[in-house]
Parts: sequence; C-alpha cells; structure tokens
Amino acid sequence: MSIIENPSQTEGPKPRTITSESRFSDRVFRVVVSSGGFISLVVLGLISLFLLYEGLSIFRSEGLGFVTSFEWIAESIENGTEASYGIGAMLYGTLVTGFIGLFFGFPLALGAALFLSYYAPEWMKKPMVLVVDVMAAIPSLVFGLWGYYVLMPQAEEWAKLINKYFGFIPIFSMPGDYFTRSPFIAGLVLAIMIIPIITSISREVFAQTPLDRIQAAYALGATRWSMIRAVVIPYGKGGVIGGAMLGLGRAIGETVAVYTVLNLVYDIRPEILLSAGGSVASLIVTKFGEATAPELKALMAAGFVLFVVTLAVNFLANLIINRTVRKG
Amino acid sequence: MSTVTDNKPQDPMVPNELSVPKPIKPWKATPKQLLPDFLGAISAVIASLMVVAVSPMAGALGFILTFIVVSVVTAASISWIRQDRKAAANSVSTIVIYLLAAFVLLPVVSIIFEIIRKGAPGLSIGMFFDDMSVTSSDAPLNEGGLLHALVGSLYVVALATIVSIPIGILTALYLTEVKGKAEGTVRFFVQAMSGVPSIVAGLFIYAVWMITLGGTYSTAAGSLSLSILMIPTVARTAEEVLKLIPTDLREAGLALGATQWKTVTLVVIPAARSGLITAVILGTARVAGETAPLLLTIGGNDAMNWNPFSGNNSALPFYVWKNFGIGTEIGADRAWAGIFVLMIVIMVFFTLARVLGNKKG
Repeated sequence: MSIIENPSQTEGPKPRTITSESRFSDRVFRVVVSSGGFISLVVLGLISLFLLYEGLSIFRSEGLGFVTSFEWIAESIENGTEASYGIGAMLYGTLVTGFIGLFFGFPLALGAALFLSYYAPEWMKKPMVLVVDVMAAIPSLVFGLWGYYVLMPQAEEWAKLINKYFGFIPIFSMPGDYFTRSPFIAGLVLAIMIIPIITSISREVFAQTPLDRIQAAYALGATRWSMIRAVVIPYGKGGVIGGAMLGLGRAIGETVAVYTVLNLVYDIRPEILLSAGGSVASLIVTKFGEATAPELKALMAAGFVLFVVTLAVNFLANLIINRTVRKG
Repeated sequence: MSTVTDNKPQDPMVPNELSVPKPIKPWKATPKQLLPDFLGAISAVIASLMVVAVSPMAGALGFILTFIVVSVVTAASISWIRQDRKAAANSVSTIVIYLLAAFVLLPVVSIIFEIIRKGAPGLSIGMFFDDMSVTSSDAPLNEGGLLHALVGSLYVVALATIVSIPIGILTALYLTEVKGKAEGTVRFFVQAMSGVPSIVAGLFIYAVWMITLGGTYSTAAGSLSLSILMIPTVARTAEEVLKLIPTDLREAGLALGATQWKTVTLVVIPAARSGLITAVILGTARVAGETAPLLLTIGGNDAMNWNPFSGNNSALPFYVWKNFGIGTEIGADRAWAGIFVLMIVIMVFFTLARVLGNKKG
C-alpha cells in the first residue's frame, strides 16, 4: 500500500489514497465466484467418494474378482445361496458395444464433418447443422425405443446377411437363431447417438486448419480430396481422435438406449450378432428395482467402476482435444 | 448460374455505378463440363436397377448397396479417363462423403417420422387435463392422461434449473472474469463433468439423499441428479458467451472507477444476457429427456405431487418408460404419445435457445 502525501499543508481536497489492493466488494466477489467455480471439482470428488464408500464392502469381499468374474448372484436366505458379484461380462459387453458404435458412428460423423466443412454448398450447411443439433437433443430413451421398434426389424435382416456371407469369421458366427437384441444392434443405436458429438468436435478442429495451407495446396494443383489428405487430416488428426474418444465415453455411459435394445447375459460371448451382451449401466437399471441392501452396494460399486472408466476416457479425450485445438 | 457471357464488355475508363458487372466465376463448371457427370449418374442408376433385377439381391437395401458400388465405379472411371488417378480419387471421395452425410440424416428423419406416426393415435386433448390416478393402465386411450407427467417433468426441470443457474454461471464467470490460478483445472473438470454418465448421477444422488441422509424418493432428489448433468452444459455455453463480450467493455467499466463486481454485474452480464439465457435453456433441453437418473430418484407417481421434498413424482420420460414396461398395445400407444409430447417440450426449449442465441444484444 502506497500513500502519496501532499507536501503542502494548504487547504484543499485531500488527495485520495491510491492503492493496488482490491476493494472489499471485489474480494467478496472473487471468493464467491471462485467457490462457485470449484463446485464441479467438488461434485466430481463427492461422486467418487460416495460411490466408493457405498461399494467399499463389495470391493473388499470380491477383490479383483469384481471386475473379472462373470457371476451376479444376489444373496438369497431361503435358497442358502451365497452372494457373488462380478461385472466382468458386463464390462466386456460395454466395451464391445461401445466399439461397435464407434466403428459405425465414427466414419459417418467424420464424413458429415468433412461434408459440412469442405463439400456442402452454402444453402445446405445450415439445415444440416440443424439436423445434427436436433440429433444431439433427442433423448436416449427415444433412441432406445426407436432402435427397438424401428431399427431392430431391419437390423435383424442385415445381421442375417452378415452371418450368411461372413459367418466363417468367429465373431459373425451364430450358434442358434437369435439375431435380435444383439450387441451389433445396440452398437448401431449407439453409433447414431455419438454422431453429433464427434461431428461437432471434428468441425471445430477442421475450422482451425490454417487457411493459407489449404490455399497453398489448391495453388499447387491439389484436388479437394488431396488437399484434405495432405492438409486437413494431418492437422486435425489429434482432435478428431479426441472427439472419437469423447463419443466412446458417451457410448460407455449410455444406459436407457442400451437397456431397451440389448439382451443382458452374464457371460462373455465372442459372437456380436448373438442376442447376448452386457452393459454395466444397463445392469444397474435392471437390478436396481428389486435390489436387496447388499446387492445395492454391489450396484454402487459397479457405478463407481463405470464412473472411473468414463472419467478416464473423457480425461484422455479432453487432453488430446485441448492440445490440438488451441482454445481461447 | 452466371457464366462468362454475362460479362458485357465495358469501357474500364468510364466508371458506371449503375451497371456493375456481374462477378464472373471461371472456376464454376459449365453445363457442358457437368454433362459427363450427369450421364454417369443416370447410367449408374440404370445399371444398378439392372443388376438388382437379374441378381438375387432384392429390395431397397439391395438397390442402395448396388447403387453405391456402381456409382463409385462409374465416377472413378469417368474421372480417370478424362483426367488422371488423382481426379478419380477425388470424385470417389466426394461421392463417399455425400453418402456418409446422407446416412447421418437418415436416422433423424426416421425417428421424427416414427414419433409422429406412432404418437398421433394416442394423442388427445383430454390427456393434457387428466392424470392416471383413477385410470388403470389397460384402460382405453381416451381415459386418463399425462398431465401429471408433464407437470412433473416441468417441475423437476425447473428445480434443476434453479440449482444449476447460479453454479453454472459462477463457473463461467470464474473462467472468464476472475481467471484464477486454477482456471485450467476448473475448465478441465467441467469438461470431465459433462461426460458423467446419467446413471452415475442418479446413483450418486441415491447414495447421498436416500442412503446417507435417509430421504425418500422425491422431486428434489430428481432435480439434484438432473442438475449434475445440467451444470456443465450451462457452464460451458455461458463461458463461450462471456468470452464474446469485448474486453474493451470491461476495461471501460474499470477505467470509470467501477469495481470488478460492479463491472461484471452492470456491464458484462447485461451485455451477455440473451446468450446466458440461451445457455440455461440449452441446459434444460439437455436434461428434459433424461430418464436413467429419474428412474433412481423420483420413484414415479400416477397423480400430481407438489411437495418437492417428500413423496414420489412422475415425469414424461418416466411415464414413457413405465408404459412401455407394461408391454400391452395400449401401454405402447400411451408411451409413444408421451414421447411425442416430450419431443415437443424439448423442441420448444431447443427453438427458444436458437432464436435467442441468434439474436444479438
């Protein structure tokens, strides 16, 4: 604090105090705003704390078996069965459906992003962006029911065709005749659901491509495609991969849509066209209704695992995106 | 479109303001240059029709698949013959990217079409004035209604909005105005929070509200679980909006001797008002259709319940979920009608956000 003193002691207005210290109202403002800003951190911390605390007894009794074993048997006093909780099959199923979703969704989303950035005529851009935004606003319940009632009858035929022509490959083989409610169909629904996020991130990334390099490529006689291959893709690769990972995170955490479409089976099956899959999030919804107290703890533990997995995927995705797309 | 012939010769020395020459676009293809592409497209259609007619592939799916293959081959060969391999790659990729974009449109169109087609039979004016408290689930469609679900939905979302607005906007202000030491960390965690699966938000509130605090299913619990999903959306959109406010405005405020508090409340926030409202509405649109967290927190009800802290309540997604779960034809009709109403609610929020977002100032 520095005070400038007036050397002449004559009458007149007293010089005001000049200070670099922030005023009281500003200090309050900063404290309030900062504490508001930290709430997201606190909430994330609390989520992991509470779920971990609730699921702790399960983690203790099951150990590593919780994420590796396939059995989910609730305790039953009348039958004398001992409880055993394992989400191995569900975790595997979550990843399988997630990657199937990415396999179909990523090329579509990338194509849509390239189309919007470099191909679409001006009049087509706005409606197309609107459609992608609407897609992001459709609730997952609607996707699930559409998937069940509209997509599934179609996709069942596609699955049969795939099985007919590629059935010799183990993952497309079919031990019975159960083509509905398979990871393949659930993956298709997820693919549609993750398109908007991958498309919007990819567009954001493509928009950052330096214009001079694009024009340099054209000036050297590049066609549109060779320009994209030589400039846009190398420049935006990281961000697009990050967007795909964000989409994967979405797919992993998706609950209602997968629950509606997928048939949960506590087993790891390699055949993706078979009506047997797994999903941690759907398991929680399925078992929550009639869960006993210990089973509820197991569901909390499953929720914790799901939370950690999605958080890890999201962290990684955001790291990649933030590094590629210079924000601000 | 304009071609070279439109460009009438003019004396460049005499500037004539009335007749500005039309801009010429020499890079645009002339009809003559487009002719081979056009013929190629037609021949691709004819060829694929012929292939479908003689081969075992049948139906629309067979035609589409054949058409994709044939058109790619036709386009590639035309460009290769006329120019070179690079041109062939270019036209193939153009077709593929147009197709991919079209495939993205397809499900949205189908979803909206099906919602209208399947939702319409269950719709009636009466259902907006009645609930299911005295109607059994297998009663005909003209009995009962979804008033309780609609009101419950708006109630839950409104409470969630009240919780999310201050937190979301404070977060955005922290990121743009205070710019504290932890700016990067906070931004990173807000991004991470928007990836929290909805079911986990529901489980968390269940663990806190029901298990730890001993509460019951209630509207408030549902709202809290929704606000976990809403806060990051509000915060991120609001941050984008606040970033657009010119720094000059802030500096002008400070230069006039205002405190930062006054500058933010009297200059920055009013300048960003419509954008901030958009941020909030986008957040509500995002959570209005959430189902999973509500399944774990509000319990479901067949009548209205205005007490937020005790007693079950319903919401549109819950209503839809429940009626599908019944598994009867009438249940499905009710559910599709519920989806129809839900989508209209969401689209109203969505349109509001867009209209306000496009308006400046």
